[in-house]
Amino acid sequence: MGEEPMRAPTSLLPLRLEEVSFVAAGKTIIDRVSLAFEAGPRTIILGPNGAGKSVLMRLCHGLLAPTSGRIAWAVPERPGDRRRQAMVFQRPVMLRRSALANVEYGLKLAGVARAERGAQARAALQSVGLAELGDRAARVLSGGEQQRLALARAWALRPEVLFLDEPTANLDPGASAEVERIIQAIHAAGTKIVMSTHNLGQARRLGDEILFLHQGRLVEHAPVDRFFNRPASAEAGAFIKGELPWT
Amino acid sequence: MDVILGAIRGAFGLMIGLDATLLEIVALSLQVSLSAVAIATALALPLGAAIAVSKFRGRQTVIVILNALMGLPPVVVGLVVYLMLSRAGPLGELGLLFTPTAMVVAQAILILPIIAALARQAVEDAWREYQDQLRSLGAGGWSAALTLVWDIRFSLLTAVLAGLGRAAAEVGAVMIVGGNIDGVTRVMTTAIALETSKGDLPLALGLGVILVTLVLLLNAGAYTLKEAAQRRYG
Repeated sequence: MGEEPMRAPTSLLPLRLEEVSFVAAGKTIIDRVSLAFEAGPRTIILGPNGAGKSVLMRLCHGLLAPTSGRIAWAVPERPGDRRRQAMVFQRPVMLRRSALANVEYGLKLAGVARAERGAQARAALQSVGLAELGDRAARVLSGGEQQRLALARAWALRPEVLFLDEPTANLDPGASAEVERIIQAIHAAGTKIVMSTHNLGQARRLGDEILFLHQGRLVEHAPVDRFFNRPASAEAGAFIKGELPWT
Repeated sequence: MDVILGAIRGAFGLMIGLDATLLEIVALSLQVSLSAVAIATALALPLGAAIAVSKFRGRQTVIVILNALMGLPPVVVGLVVYLMLSRAGPLGELGLLFTPTAMVVAQAILILPIIAALARQAVEDAWREYQDQLRSLGAGGWSAALTLVWDIRFSLLTAVLAGLGRAAAEVGAVMIVGGNIDGVTRVMTTAIALETSKGDLPLALGLGVILVTLVLLLNAGAYTLKEAAQRRYG
């Protein structure tokens, strides 16, 4: 508009959280968290069950509104605009239609023209290894296949940021490895990855930086090597020790 | 025993011979009940869906009342509609009492809570499962609602068929507001009541068999459809 030259839309990142708290039914689930998600590094959110990992991501993704504090993208999201961020949940929710139609549905909501949806959706299925299963009903696919389909549906939207809430928690090792491969590919294609997990091995494999949550507080924010080799907090140290034998 | 056997023989005679009176009664029954279902569905599905996804004070109370209204006694509905439509009533000037229209109104009121309550439950369960995913993808308001309703269409169809079964089988409401007038407002249930008391057992029994068969077919159809959908779509 005006004298400004035409250019690509500016980046959604960094995402800044300032003193964000979330209270539900009198219980503080997220306690005054401040941090910035920068473009580039894969961010892994670690923490024991009930630490607030899932809620933190839902706050970032806009599914929950903070009780206090501020969450701001570099480019404010306006209702009705195409979403530039996507999320994959622990348990994928598929509509009662074919796998392909589930991906197309996401594209339709994103405003992709009808004529282009089919090809884009097929390409997305191809990239998660589900090309052969496009015509199958999404809900009768196996758990691993459904999670890959959820990744395809998210990836097809070409999001700038992808939130993943314990995406392999319900999967067997083979399916988990496949999901990890896809997450790497999405990262390589330029999408910012923000993922929660309680699997330390997975955090090492997939992470560049770690956010460690404990009882709703952000206890540690460190590069992955430093977090695992020289945790700065007693909580993180105990978490790494207590969990290591299980990974 | 002979009387019963004779009645059964007579009933099948009427059905096989496509007796004119019998057909007329069956046709009016279907016309009244299907109209009532159409009207009740048009109101009940949006109502049930709205209650399912909205938050407001007294929501629990509304749900309890709605569920309780599923067991509304037909005669009471008939009585209330009668009072509304009778000469002295607020809607008396419309002259609807003892017409099929009055019967449609009474049955629609009777089954509206049934369809709304069942739809509310179905939509609420689905909404709980879908809402984060749909909002994440950017579907809000009407777009999310339509997606949801379409996705659970087979559950909603079951709710509608439950309403149809109830409407077709009830006798109290249509008896009071329709008056069971021969050739005008006589439907299967009221005819069965009358013919039984008159002693014309073959007609009563024939209608009874047809009524039960219809209800059975409806339920079998609903079950088969839902099973097929479950297998096909998961």
